[in-house]
Amino acid sequence: MDTLFGIPLPLFYGQLLLGLINGAFYAMLSLGLSVIFGLLGIVNLVHGALFMTGAFTAWILLDTFGLGFWWSLALAPLIVGAFGILIERLLLRHLYGLDHMYGLVLTLGLALVIEGAFRNKYGSGGLAYQIPDALRGATNLGFIVLPYYRGAVVGISLVVCLLTWALIEKTRLGARLRAATENAPMVQAFGINVPVLVTLTYGAGVALAACAGVLAAPIYSVNPQMGANLIIVVFAIVVIGGMGSIMGSVLSGFGFGVIEALTKVFYPQASSTVIFLCMVAVLLFRPSGLFGRRS
Amino acid sequence: MLEVRDLQAWYGDSHILHGVTFDIQEGEVVSLLGRNGAGKTTTMKSIMGLTPRRTGSVKFRGKELIDARTDQVARAGIAFCPEERAIFASLTVIENLLLPPRIGDGGLSLEAIYELFPNLRERAGGQGSKLSGGEQQMLAIARILRTGARLLLLDEPTEGLAPVIVHQIGRMIQSIRQRGFTIVLVEQNVRFAAAVADRHFIVEQGKVTDMIASGTGTLERLQASLRI
Repeated sequence: MDTLFGIPLPLFYGQLLLGLINGAFYAMLSLGLSVIFGLLGIVNLVHGALFMTGAFTAWILLDTFGLGFWWSLALAPLIVGAFGILIERLLLRHLYGLDHMYGLVLTLGLALVIEGAFRNKYGSGGLAYQIPDALRGATNLGFIVLPYYRGAVVGISLVVCLLTWALIEKTRLGARLRAATENAPMVQAFGINVPVLVTLTYGAGVALAACAGVLAAPIYSVNPQMGANLIIVVFAIVVIGGMGSIMGSVLSGFGFGVIEALTKVFYPQASSTVIFLCMVAVLLFRPSGLFGRRS
Repeated sequence: MLEVRDLQAWYGDSHILHGVTFDIQEGEVVSLLGRNGAGKTTTMKSIMGLTPRRTGSVKFRGKELIDARTDQVARAGIAFCPEERAIFASLTVIENLLLPPRIGDGGLSLEAIYELFPNLRERAGGQGSKLSGGEQQMLAIARILRTGARLLLLDEPTEGLAPVIVHQIGRMIQSIRQRGFTIVLVEQNVRFAAAVADRHFIVEQGKVTDMIASGTGTLERLQASLRI
């Protein structure tokens, strides 16, 4: 059997694939977090709970309404995004201009409440969600067996990330968003309704988390803790990528998914800490992150 | 066109404007002159609704704007070019230029803007932050000419610029006034203000204390009024 540094190649490729899949979720989540922090100055600790809400929404849409995966992929981001808009309008709005700590505490509290509500209703055991029929099975690529669904997750995530990047970097709306991130009062003085822009941005960031949640439902068990486990790593990735950098979030998301997986191959003991070690190193040598714009 | 009555403004506890009153006619160029900290910039900002708190009356074309949000003031047809120019570093020159939405008819076309500011055409694809100070000032003014706003508030458009650029900006202001724009300038450069503006309001301690119309010996009268 072929080996790499004494590691069987199939194991290596298998972990690489797993890393890309985790990376897909990291990328979609850190993208939303980064855009939200850039414009709102809110450290959105409720992001993981909204990712979980996306997964549960998919499960509920199927269980209660018989709507399958593809419907959920379209509807859950809208439903959870609308919920995000409510959060922004009713709660976050009052915290702008205050210390970041207020937003952090409020969103942490919200995350605990939302997770508690789901635990109360559905228990903490976890629910199964089937892979959609069209994506069952796997293909043998020669060096690895690739389950269709996992390939699709990486593909869909890449498309979503690229579309988000293009929306922000290449359109008029995106230019307004970037400008408002830099100097909101001046953008408002041009006649642009910045509060609406802020609300929509938060809704869109939350919708991205929900979209990731739907994609995650068939892979991970749908349980109230699924977001909490992920969000800490995702925050480290946002810090490494650089707050406010779109490409930075996407590249660091996928990159650290892979780095984490490879660490699992070569030195499993460090696999859950490697990202935080990288974060410490980045903060020491490039405090604004690898791709950060602001000082 | 613009009637400002007893405009008062605060930043937190500090009371900056103590009742600013002045009028501007359509097609005029007027200047606000005064010492540092007299309240000239705050007057502009509070017309735009950019101060945390303001009272009094700001009427534009008969419409009361004192309770309007900043974006509503802008939509009514007033555009503001701040002292720090506020060129967005994460946007290209053309993105900066196209950022303010059209709020009405009568704005300049992109072609007309490039005729006024030929440099901007060459720099269109570059980052806004890479422009020279003069080019940034041109971009900051150009940006508000295409929106259809007819009243322009320009805060210290000549600050920190070389004489040749100041001269260019003076010509540009003459050129846009001929197109029917109404302009309010805040200036430290009294000589510049005397050359381009029709009337001058002297601002002292958050109030308009004097009005001087341009005519013979304007500069001397302004200097006397400003005690410089």
